[in-house]
Amino acid sequence: MLSFLNYLISGISLGSIYAIIALGYTMVYGIAKMLNFAHGDFIMVGGYAIFTCMITLGMNPFVSILIAMAVCLVIGVTTEKVAYKPLREAGSPLAVLITAIGVSYLLENLALLIFGSNPKSFTSVVSWSGITLAGGQLHIQGVTIVTILVSLAVLVVLQWFVHKTKEGQAMLAVAQDRGAATLMGINVNHTISLTFAIGSALAAIAGALLCSAYPTLTPYTGAMPGIKAFVAAVLGGIGSIPGAMIGGIVLGIIEILARTYISSQLSDAIVFGILVVVLLVKPTGILGKNIQEKV
Amino acid sequence: MALLEVDNLSIMFGGLRAVDDFNLRVEKGELYGLIGPNGAGKTTVFNLLTGVYKPNEGVIRLDGVDITGHKTVEINHDGIARTFQNIRLFQDMSVIDNVKVGLQNQYHYSTAASIFHLGSYKKVEKEYDDAAMELLSVFGLENERDYKASNLPYGQQRKLEIARAMATKPKLLLLDEPAAGMNPNETGELMKTIELIRSKFGITILLIEHDMKLVSGICEEVTVLNFGRILKQGKTREVLQDPEVVKAYIGE
Repeated sequence: MLSFLNYLISGISLGSIYAIIALGYTMVYGIAKMLNFAHGDFIMVGGYAIFTCMITLGMNPFVSILIAMAVCLVIGVTTEKVAYKPLREAGSPLAVLITAIGVSYLLENLALLIFGSNPKSFTSVVSWSGITLAGGQLHIQGVTIVTILVSLAVLVVLQWFVHKTKEGQAMLAVAQDRGAATLMGINVNHTISLTFAIGSALAAIAGALLCSAYPTLTPYTGAMPGIKAFVAAVLGGIGSIPGAMIGGIVLGIIEILARTYISSQLSDAIVFGILVVVLLVKPTGILGKNIQEKV
Repeated sequence: MALLEVDNLSIMFGGLRAVDDFNLRVEKGELYGLIGPNGAGKTTVFNLLTGVYKPNEGVIRLDGVDITGHKTVEINHDGIARTFQNIRLFQDMSVIDNVKVGLQNQYHYSTAASIFHLGSYKKVEKEYDDAAMELLSVFGLENERDYKASNLPYGQQRKLEIARAMATKPKLLLLDEPAAGMNPNETGELMKTIELIRSKFGITILLIEHDMKLVSGICEEVTVLNFGRILKQGKTREVLQDPEVVKAYIGE
């Protein structure tokens, strides 16, 4: 029973990381109506930025994360401006998608060029060792607790931002009807840039937490979590912020439990199998809106 | 000088001249009607005026400024706002938030101030709410402020769309078939609302409408479009009695 609880908690923790990544996916999809398949690699960029600041340069972990967020933000916004915006304005969603895959390979290979293919061993950004419960039988790592708390904080702040500030309302307006929003004087390009900025900065936070929980860093570190977070976003209902959170946590729990109780080799197959089943039963995801035909 | 001056406006869709040599003068404070049978090109004119389509030929001047070829977002800042033939509210947002989206460009605080909840954010947010409520009360929607826009009855959705457009503080308001799908009571109420906003805000209104009772009731002047061309232009009463106009509408 205690070991189940332990696995459950690590599932929630892993799921929280997926959730933070999925938030970036879902916001960009909701507002720019595109899938940014390079989003997973922003995590890796964040990871290397933290590694460089914290381990190579010996900076404070918190400062390192802030710098990594700034780095990811600049890369995210630049990618959007240089690679996606011209194609989006040319009205070619498929070209944007393919470009995103291209950007993903570009970032991976740049990292390979700069940092080499040897895995870097990462030191956790959380130095707290955690808490021990139930008379020493249940130990929860500090990074696990911090991850869960951070993802909850991110969710609360984002929900508040989107619903209570004018930039957030502009995002909602653009997500719902880009044409009408433009005609009401909303600068759509500015709104999309801001969305990329937020999503990319979140990817840096996810990078910090992911590399702290699984302390090896390679140029491909972000690829798999990125894809799983995409699954999480779809599972929760793509475009929905609470949906991304729920999807991420559900996915994390399933992955850890499947790895523990079924097979460690099959856990990924099970995760993606679930995506297929969800899409068959409820194509819009857990919190997804029913798509009504527009008149 | 007229507020809106349109000269020789034309647009081609493939080989079709959807709007051909369109001219228009709308004076400041005027209520002007744009009428014509279905497919005559009325909404296309609105789309040209708001930059959704770029004209092949012609010039659009608002308040003496050439706005031809401006992007839609710039045209809103230039001073034109519109509603849509098929209501295009932000359906999942609340009534007040719809209006606040329209008000965005008049209220400023930095993103940092909002994130850190600084005093400037709270102060501006308060003024912003008050301005939205003031507009909602003009349209009699103050009690519905927290309703989801899509849950409003049809007539109120139309009103909310006008309120949202008015929130951008336009010089010229374009209404695309505001009375479409309304019953006579709702249309009567809408006519009062339109007259009210004109007198209260001193705004100039150009509207597309099929409801002749509404057009003859509130428009001072009209232009009749038929097959993309101007059929008749002038004082509403005279134009509506013109045999050619009657023929275009109801046939021989």
